[in-house]
Amino acid sequence: MKRAARYIIFYSALFGLWTLLAELKIWPPYLFPTPWGVAESLYGGFQDHSYWIAIRVSMQRVLIGYAISVVLGMILGLGVASNKFLEDTMGGLLVSLQSLPSICWWPLALLWFGLSQNAILFVVVMGSLLSVTLAMEDGRKQMPKIFGQAGRNLGAKGFKLFWYVLLPASLPFIVSGLKQGWAFAWRSLITAEMLYLSLGLGQVLMMGRDLNDMNAVIAVMLLIIALGYIVDGVVFKGMERRLQNRWGLASAT
Amino acid sequence: MSTNVQRFPAQFPVPSDARFPARPSDSRGKIGPVSVGHGTHSDFAAIPKVGLSDICLSYRTQSGERLLALDHINLEVKAGEFLCIVGPSGCGKSTLLHLIAGLHQQTSGQVLVDGKPIDGPGTDRILIFQDHGLFPWLTVGENVEFGMKMKGLPKAERQEKTRYYLRLVHLAKFEKSYIHQLSGGMRQRVAIARALATEPDVLLMDEPFAALDAQTRDLLHDELERIWSETGRTIIFVTHNVREAVRLGDRVVLLTFRPGRVKDEFRVELPRPRHLEDMHVARAAREILDELRDEINRSLEAEYNEGVKPHVEPGVSA
Repeated sequence: MKRAARYIIFYSALFGLWTLLAELKIWPPYLFPTPWGVAESLYGGFQDHSYWIAIRVSMQRVLIGYAISVVLGMILGLGVASNKFLEDTMGGLLVSLQSLPSICWWPLALLWFGLSQNAILFVVVMGSLLSVTLAMEDGRKQMPKIFGQAGRNLGAKGFKLFWYVLLPASLPFIVSGLKQGWAFAWRSLITAEMLYLSLGLGQVLMMGRDLNDMNAVIAVMLLIIALGYIVDGVVFKGMERRLQNRWGLASAT
Repeated sequence: MSTNVQRFPAQFPVPSDARFPARPSDSRGKIGPVSVGHGTHSDFAAIPKVGLSDICLSYRTQSGERLLALDHINLEVKAGEFLCIVGPSGCGKSTLLHLIAGLHQQTSGQVLVDGKPIDGPGTDRILIFQDHGLFPWLTVGENVEFGMKMKGLPKAERQEKTRYYLRLVHLAKFEKSYIHQLSGGMRQRVAIARALATEPDVLLMDEPFAALDAQTRDLLHDELERIWSETGRTIIFVTHNVREAVRLGDRVVLLTFRPGRVKDEFRVELPRPRHLEDMHVARAAREILDELRDEINRSLEAEYNEGVKPHVEPGVSA
């Protein structure tokens, strides 16, 4: 309960500060929106379904892109971890590529895929693929060797060995990488959507800018934060908790 | 000399001359390598269950030197035999088990099962690891089921067998538990059940009880002896504890320290069930230990002197 109280105090203080600054009218409302304006904008956006549509489109895109990243990243990571040649060559390349913001791929994506959904997906995949790959590579190496040996010993090989042994055995070591990959995918998506005007939250945000409607801009920013937080808090936290319970690992907190 | 490996002779009158400590010179002796296909004992099938012929294993250390870990190991294990391998740490006895399991590849020589060379891991030989190697993401029941699932057995059969083997190790109530909820002894019993559930001909046990407390280990010795007699499996059991080897084995093979060679073999013909505290077990163990002492000293010396001095195989450039 103490924690809940702290939350309430902190967020009411933040909210109070915002209200106070807005009420002092140091800046005009089109530069510094009031909480009421943002709330109205949120209400209106959900009322006329434009936010619902934007959320649905964005979520769909990020889920497809992220799923591709996870599958590809696991295969790549496993390959790099189990092959000395790949590790020596690709390993370094992957790490250095990670310093490249995924939106840098946008011009190429436009050329290769045209102004389409696929161009956005490409940027999303490039954003999260490396995190997943590096996490998988690391997880495969950190995973105790005994699991693989025991699995082979009990007759698992090939895909069965990967699916029933190596993948579950490395999950505790890659879950943070999967989480990071998700965050990168989400950011890449919003960035790409801001550049490519076709539905999605990023586009709604840019529309707010074009209409000089800062209420809408902040409303969409809040939506983006909330969605990212919900996926992180519900999906990944739940996964981590389940892993900890099963493996009997001490809880992280 | 009686070469018959008597299973649970305690139920029968035991001839006093079969007792190991009473006639050590009779019951102990070297058994040389026997080529495959030549049975030496009429009461056993001609082809040994497991045969090791001229197994050598060498590998390159980080400093680039070639280390000979196993040097021409020749061994034959008969079907239904309980063989114990003892030796100081670093003699390669665990490695030998991994070779038999097919998890590693020897440099030269052959591992034969029923007279045929093995090709990688197979569920006819299941290894039980020192730290059990159970899967923490699966329940106890799912762990036991795992090998059967890989084999593609139908679900109903799998579940029935899982329950059967969990009952065999007295863990029926824990089918739905996760591994971390069990004690060390219980985990090793799950590992035994998981190994047995794939119905292997040969159980390979790599110091399975080394990390357990004395009481638990005693209990598991009894259980293992019982399971062995009930299932008739061939067991190759590696340990550094000579008394444990005498307590359990029909035969004890002694390996030398680096490179691992077969130094000697002892036939243990004490009546079963045995106990770790039996005077006869202690005396037999003492005798083996006397021979082992040199090897242990060598291994300790190597440990004290800046880690382990690698043995360089002659003729192989570093």
